[in-house]
Amino acid sequence: MDAKHITNKERMAIPRQPMPAQDPNVRNRNFKEVNLGYTPELAMQEALRCIQCKDPVCIQGCPVNIKIDEFIQLVAEGDFLGAARKVKEDNVLPAVCGRVCPQEDQCEKACIIGKKHQPVAIGNLERFVADWEREHGEPEMPEVKPPTGRKVAVIGSGPAGLSCANDLIRQGHEVVVFEALHELGGVLMYGVPEFRLPKEIVRQEIEGLKQMGVRFQTDVVVGRSVTIDELIEDEGFNAVFIGVGAGLPWFMGIPGENLVGVLAANEFLTRVNLMKAYDFPEGSDTPVFDCRGKNVAVFGGGNTAMDAVRTAKRLGAEHAYIIYRRSEAEMPARAEEIHHAKEEGIEFLLLMNPLEFLGDDKHWLTGVKCIKMELGEPDDSGRRRPVPIEGSEFTLPLDMAIISIGNGSNPLIKQTTPDIEVSRRETIVVDVNTMATSKENVYAGGDIVTGGATVILAMGAGRTAAKAINEKLMGTAASHDEW
Amino acid sequence: MYRIVSSIFLAENIKKIEIEAPRIAKKRKAGQFVMLRVTDHGERIPLTIAGSDPEKGTITLIVQGMGKSTRALNLLEAGSSIADIVGPLGTPSHIENFGTAVSIGGGVGTAIAYPTAIALKEAGNHVITINGARSKDLVILEREMQEVSDEAYITTDDGSYGYHGFVTQKLQELIDSGRKIDFVLAIGPIPMMKAVAEVTRPYGIKTVVSLNPIMVDGTGMCGGCRVTVDGEIKFACVDGPEFDAHKVDFTNLADRNRIYLSEEKESSSGEHRCHLHQQK
Ligand SMILES: Cc1cc2nc3c(=O)[nH]c(=O)nc-3n(C[C@H](O)[C@H](O)[C@H](O)COP(=O)(O)OP(=O)(O)OC[C@H]3O[C@@H](n4cnc5c(N)ncnc54)[C@H](O)[C@@H]3O)c2cc1C
Ligand SMILES: Cc1cc2nc3c(=O)[nH]c(=O)nc-3n(C[C@H](O)[C@H](O)[C@H](O)COP(=O)(O)OP(=O)(O)OC[C@H]3O[C@@H](n4cnc5c(N)ncnc54)[C@H](O)[C@@H]3O)c2cc1C
Ligand code: SF4
Ligand code: SF4
Ligand code: FES
Repeated sequence: MDAKHITNKERMAIPRQPMPAQDPNVRNRNFKEVNLGYTPELAMQEALRCIQCKDPVCIQGCPVNIKIDEFIQLVAEGDFLGAARKVKEDNVLPAVCGRVCPQEDQCEKACIIGKKHQPVAIGNLERFVADWEREHGEPEMPEVKPPTGRKVAVIGSGPAGLSCANDLIRQGHEVVVFEALHELGGVLMYGVPEFRLPKEIVRQEIEGLKQMGVRFQTDVVVGRSVTIDELIEDEGFNAVFIGVGAGLPWFMGIPGENLVGVLAANEFLTRVNLMKAYDFPEGSDTPVFDCRGKNVAVFGGGNTAMDAVRTAKRLGAEHAYIIYRRSEAEMPARAEEIHHAKEEGIEFLLLMNPLEFLGDDKHWLTGVKCIKMELGEPDDSGRRRPVPIEGSEFTLPLDMAIISIGNGSNPLIKQTTPDIEVSRRETIVVDVNTMATSKENVYAGGDIVTGGATVILAMGAGRTAAKAINEKLMGTAASHDEW
Repeated sequence: MYRIVSSIFLAENIKKIEIEAPRIAKKRKAGQFVMLRVTDHGERIPLTIAGSDPEKGTITLIVQGMGKSTRALNLLEAGSSIADIVGPLGTPSHIENFGTAVSIGGGVGTAIAYPTAIALKEAGNHVITINGARSKDLVILEREMQEVSDEAYITTDDGSYGYHGFVTQKLQELIDSGRKIDFVLAIGPIPMMKAVAEVTRPYGIKTVVSLNPIMVDGTGMCGGCRVTVDGEIKFACVDGPEFDAHKVDFTNLADRNRIYLSEEKESSSGEHRCHLHQQK
């Protein structure tokens, strides 16, 4: 069908093109990417489904307002490189966002087609054009303005820090990113598994930033190795952006949580992703709990929980359970991940609340005692509150329990920079229009401000801060020149 | 890559290593540690900073070969490099003039206690050191400890040198002799730290231990280093590693440090994972 001569009725008659994926019973034994990506034909077909609304409401659904209608039109016309560049005007990490954004709550939720049919697969198309550009395009070097002589420190190399660094380097500022770990990328490297987001993609995106002139220093924990005040006073940085992400994992506070074999999802995922423990002992010296033939349960219902349980399955768990105290409708995870997890044989124990972990005489975990729940009245968050069903306790045998109920805030910045105001939850307080903190020339964004949120929101925050930092620095530069 | 400037044996299996790390050398305080990776596929392991030379931009580590990573580190000679080192991590030791302070080190714990003993001395304390080893050839830092101490004792389990017995027996003797002791720092194997805590508890002597849970990132992200102190969860890499000995749940720490034991054995022995191994 020709992209120019097709009626809306014809467009809407096209079914949503499914994403090709590895067979569930093959992929639950490997760490290769689950989704295989659209072919050019599938992408063009899917792009035809977009009716090119006069008022493209999908754009309001995207936190960084990608020009969705325009890039999809370019896909329909077969100009994939043009489409990729259109996306990149608003999003520096499209290959990442196309894969991990909760589209069903954002752009695709708003899509008008979704009212009657399935919405246009905006995420799949975004991923397609980004991959296409990476694999076929001439690497395009975005324009970088002449040096301004201003220097900005970015703390943390997660999505917030990377997008902030990207915008600032293009404005001609000198940008140095400080990262505590030995690898760059934040949660994209140590949290989200390879089977959902190949690490090579993240590395290439970072390589692009390096080529534009962003400098990266790994193994620097700001607050400990150097303080924010020292960066400003001794190392001559004119502004600082804090994008250090969420912090220490929460635990449930139930008896037996200290038993050997109960750990946080962050530890489990960091061992497997960052430290490559899936390759232990041959390719990596970092061990991970040997899941083969074991019963593993993950407590929680978010993306982290899905990643952990699917990782355990891939490491050979006999039974890999999700235990969640509400119903599936309330699960915060992306719909696609829940769907994929089920296909891979993950067992969902919904409306179940753990009461106590049980152990043997050597204090190793042997099981968990749970109680069944039913949904009662809606609570403050509008979600129906689960209430226990009396007398419904039961015991499930377990070898490993992974807790994935969220994170608090990393205490380091607060401990070492007391003049930055934090909330009661210890997140950094900012002016949402500029991301400025209470400390002069210091800005913050991403999970350290919002608490655990999403990649795209963190990136949006990084961009907002970059804009404000640029205005501030150039403003001072101007008045300085006049002087 | 971070260059090793010097590397010498202090005792069998225990090495003193000086590494180029200018930022860390400038900032570090007593009681803090680093995380390092020897190679690109190496584990991140925590090691206490035994000393530093801010001018030269180097720090000193004292490392006991325990398993794969520490042994690999101890094989490196001056001039070679390690993949990564980050720090200083952890909360510095709380130092004040307590009066009479006893620093107790067991095994390689002597090296971990050394920088804090120096800081205690500098703060004006009367410093007594008790350093224990299994036998004479495992005694480390004898001269260094003597230099920072007003009184220095060495104990050996087999009596081959110094006082014949455990560090706790020497401590008990000091207490029994009527000496007023205001502060005790104990660093070493978990059973030793636990035993010291039990010696000082009845007398209400303020006692601090440095805990060694398993760590992955060391920055307060993974939760792997959680320990139970006063019934509450604490994270040793950001809240510690030093804690009030009378409030630490040592049994839980010892249990949790065993989680990867069978995997570590497999890693050290270089065996492949072709058959299911026994758990627990
Ligand atoms: C397992 C998992 C799965 C997820 N899945 C999804 C998903 O599918 N979709 C989605 O949208 N979101 C997902 N999220 C959430 C998303 O990853 C985060 O919201 C996002 O990464 C936040 O970005 P950030 O830049 O604020 O912080 P982070 O990505 O956390 O990066 C912060 C960086 O700062 C570094 N750092 C911390 N302290 C210091 C310091 N003192 N000095 C120097 N560096 C420091 C850290 O090491 C880290 O590299 C997931 C999160 C997890 C944990
Ligand atoms: C804050 C802190 C400071 C430390 N300072 C020093 C130091 O100055 N000098 C020194 O020699 N050692 C120190 N350690 C201990 C050192 O980190 C471990 O010996 C090392 O990680 C073991 O790694 P491996 O691969 O050589 O041995 P593995 O094969 O991993 O383990 C060998 C044995 O050590 C135990 N173990 C594994 N990881 C740790 C760990 N992180 N901490 C304690 N035991 C562990 C294992 O259960 C096993 O019994 C410190 C530990 C911590 C937490
Ligand atoms: S960035 Fe995320 S929300 Fe925006 S269009 Fe892409 S997938 Fe949708
Ligand atoms: S709302 Fe849907 S149909 Fe309309 S422009 Fe956006 S993607 Fe296309
Ligand atoms: S080592 Fe990961 S939180 Fe302390």
